Amino acid sequence: MLEKTIHEVSADLKAKKVSSAELTKAAMDYLEEVEPKVQAFITITRDEALKQAAEADKRLASGKDITPLTGVPVAIKDLLCTKGIRTTCASRMLENFKPPYNATVVERLYQAGAVSVGKTNMDEFAMGSSTETSFYKKTKNPWNLNCVPGGSSGGSAASVSADQAFASLGSDTGGSIRQPAALCGIVGLKPTYGRVSRYGLIAFASSLDQIGPFSKDVEDCAIMMNTIAGHDPNDSTSANLPVPDYVAEMKKSIRGLRIGIPKEFFPEGLNREVSVAVKDAIAKLQSLGAEIVEVSLPASPYGLAAYYVLAPCEASSNLARYDGVRYGLRETGENIVEMYSKTRAAGFGSEVKRRIMLGTYALSSGYYDAYYLKALKVRRLIKNDYDKAFEKVDVIATPTAPNPAFRFGEKTGDPLSMYLEDVFTVSINITGLPGLSIPCGMSKSELPIGLQLIGKAFDEATLLRTAYAYEQATPWHKQKPSLRED
Amino acid sequence: MAFEDYEPVIGLEVHCELKTATKLFCGCRTIFGNEANTQVCPVCLGLPGTLPVMNEKAVEYAVKIGLALNCSIAKYSKMDRKNYYYPDLPKAYQISQYDKPLNYGGYLDIITKEGTKRIGVTRAHLEEDAGKLVHAGGKAGRLDSSDYSLADYNRGGIPLVEIVSEPDIRSADEAYAYLTALKNILLYIDVSDCNMEEGSLRCDANVSIRPKGIEKFGTRTEIKNMNSFKFAKQAIEYEIKRQAALLDKGERVVQESRLWDVTENKTKTMRSKEEAHDYRYFPEPDLVPIILSEDYVKTIKDNLPELPGAKRARFVSQYGLSDYDGGVLTSDQELAHWFEEGAKHTKNPKGLANWIMGDMAAKMKEQEKELKGLKFDQKKLCELVDIIEAGTINSKQAKEVFSEMFDLGVSPAEVVKSRGMAQVSDPKAIEGAVDKVLAENPTVVADYKGGKQGVIGFLVGKVMQATQGKSNPKMVNDILKKKLDA
Repeated sequence: MLEKTIHEVSADLKAKKVSSAELTKAAMDYLEEVEPKVQAFITITRDEALKQAAEADKRLASGKDITPLTGVPVAIKDLLCTKGIRTTCASRMLENFKPPYNATVVERLYQAGAVSVGKTNMDEFAMGSSTETSFYKKTKNPWNLNCVPGGSSGGSAASVSADQAFASLGSDTGGSIRQPAALCGIVGLKPTYGRVSRYGLIAFASSLDQIGPFSKDVEDCAIMMNTIAGHDPNDSTSANLPVPDYVAEMKKSIRGLRIGIPKEFFPEGLNREVSVAVKDAIAKLQSLGAEIVEVSLPASPYGLAAYYVLAPCEASSNLARYDGVRYGLRETGENIVEMYSKTRAAGFGSEVKRRIMLGTYALSSGYYDAYYLKALKVRRLIKNDYDKAFEKVDVIATPTAPNPAFRFGEKTGDPLSMYLEDVFTVSINITGLPGLSIPCGMSKSELPIGLQLIGKAFDEATLLRTAYAYEQATPWHKQKPSLRED
Repeated sequence: MAFEDYEPVIGLEVHCELKTATKLFCGCRTIFGNEANTQVCPVCLGLPGTLPVMNEKAVEYAVKIGLALNCSIAKYSKMDRKNYYYPDLPKAYQISQYDKPLNYGGYLDIITKEGTKRIGVTRAHLEEDAGKLVHAGGKAGRLDSSDYSLADYNRGGIPLVEIVSEPDIRSADEAYAYLTALKNILLYIDVSDCNMEEGSLRCDANVSIRPKGIEKFGTRTEIKNMNSFKFAKQAIEYEIKRQAALLDKGERVVQESRLWDVTENKTKTMRSKEEAHDYRYFPEPDLVPIILSEDYVKTIKDNLPELPGAKRARFVSQYGLSDYDGGVLTSDQELAHWFEEGAKHTKNPKGLANWIMGDMAAKMKEQEKELKGLKFDQKKLCELVDIIEAGTINSKQAKEVFSEMFDLGVSPAEVVKSRGMAQVSDPKAIEGAVDKVLAENPTVVADYKGGKQGVIGFLVGKVMQATQGKSNPKMVNDILKKKLDA
């Protein structure tokens, strides 16, 4: 039952084959059983989940106002505020922080009747690509427990991959949904910037952050998007645009769809297995009726550099509020400056500190033009590239991550090699475009490989349509991890 | 160098709290003086995950200020983050405006002894207020040496407009005139309470001096904490003298922030430029740019009330007032309105103005009365003005009648009637009394004829005495003169 998708289990719930209480209890039991292996959760909310399940059952019994998520257990990344439930950002700084409000997306899930099983592990303040910078634990990749699940939304990805939750919410600032989705063999979507409200998402880099779903298949992704997408008056940057019915849109044909292949995303030295799997996927799309077009995104090589200026700049400001004055960790000091520095020294891990320092430096008087302003110009150039490419094509296909899952500790000693994990994903955040990762193959060592589909702004529907067509024609989404060590 | 040989150069920064019902970025109330931390929410407390949403009323008020100060209104402006740590700033950045202020390039005309002077307004931008700290124990009033500090965030997030003048001000008196004129305009356009005690109007001054005739500015200091116009004037006067004394001794002025110490009547070092903050401004990614249409600005402009300068000019031409009188009557919108309503009921508006600015103002001050609390209306005062104009009573009697009207609210005509005050304006009756007085005072008459024309006053007094003060003094004077000179 737990290996089912949302659309499958939702049908069971509606048909009264199972109650949400039974489903949730089973999900919680299994979650807790495999958690010592996977370690996807920072906080497990069994009691709240069972209460929500009971409410969902009343709703299901009444037959009114039932959504595909009513009674379905889902997981939430621990940087989305949950009222009364601690929200840590995987940081020591917020170890005991209980928000007094729900993030808009959490509220929307609750309103749809979803059941929240807990808060998932992540890189501290979403800074990282392996979930290793979490203060609390190291989440394992369900396909090989010696490998990382990717990051920063590693817990959200691993929990869905390991059937601990039917779907989950993550956030993506430079690839934090798509890369772990690829590494854990599931579907992950970063919607267009502004498509989903950021209200209640604890900010890493405000102009790049976007919330999105992890799911077992494309239809579940569409279901999640139907629930969370749309304008929110609490987020001025959320777009006031109509939201299509993604489930309906998804099922349309891709015949005649033009798919662009940017050569810059297939550099020499790209992991062979990744390269082969992605090229096979493109061939498969072509065989399904899509037209394959070569496109060029010449500014792409500068994306990573621009990203690692812009994101730390915003982060240095966003994370300044953790000063020990009002909430979170406080270390005492002889005076206010000592209190600040001791609190921040003790509360933040080294990757967070590194980025705060990078950003503070880049924004400092005398350096602003050389770094921040230059990065903004690069951002514009990259955006122009995509605008031009999308004159010719409807979707762009690339690898999601340059490699399958790597091993713990493999990149932690070298921040730059870790940053290179984001090389194919960051420019999508920089441009604000939507990007989806879908499983498209397996490495010889049985680690999943992801195909990234990039769409026009607010055209998630076409991404889901492409992904759905591909999924229907391939077996990858049906494969399950074995929670083995190597 | 003689003190007079230095020329002060002064620029003022005025922070004006807008009287919007709610805060700049959230729905919290803005009432002054409520219990600490009762007007706060996750947004204005800067809790993790919250986002600001612009209060449109605040933008409208800010534009009103810009228009009233003859500024250009930016069609495109944006909010920026000003980053610094202080416990009264919950996000550790203030949302303000940096390089694209809403209003720029305006001016304000002030009245000086030398006439009207135009002071440039560099910019008037929108920003949020900080909270308020109360320091307990230690050296009172300072965070760094207190035992502990309490933070009240009720004020945090209230909209402010910072109005920055050009360094066009040349004396403490001009600074005072600028502040008075500015406050008057802000009250006219009804955007702020301008209550300095409650901090809804605050002022900082940049002061430097230079030898007269020298173009180059001297080193400036910034004086803070001047919470009344009187203190601002005193502080600027003190600072000019302090700087002159330094230069005379061959010392240098240090660029620094100084505090006005009310108890010691001097400015004191607060922090030097070396300790000055690098605010690391960058565009606020959580808010969209402010884009104003011409229609929007025009509508606000068309709905602006008549401003003090224009009203003053109109009063001068329409009512035949002196420029000074026009200035006094328009220095308060309510007073100007009171006068203007009154002017409808008399043909002698200048006489009305004189009474308002003279006896009425004095008595109101003495009895601490406001216009709203007066027992009489404009019609009654005009009645008095007209009675005097008609020559029915003399000025001494008029004062008595006024007093009675002021204290009891009675009609001047009734007072004159009931007291039998009607002035004797019958030339025959006056002539009789004059003849009698002349006959009784032959020596005085001789003195007059001998050239001591001043004695006529004595004779007028005698005639007035003989007629129980009821004679028209002007007629007495004229008749006396005619008879003596005959």
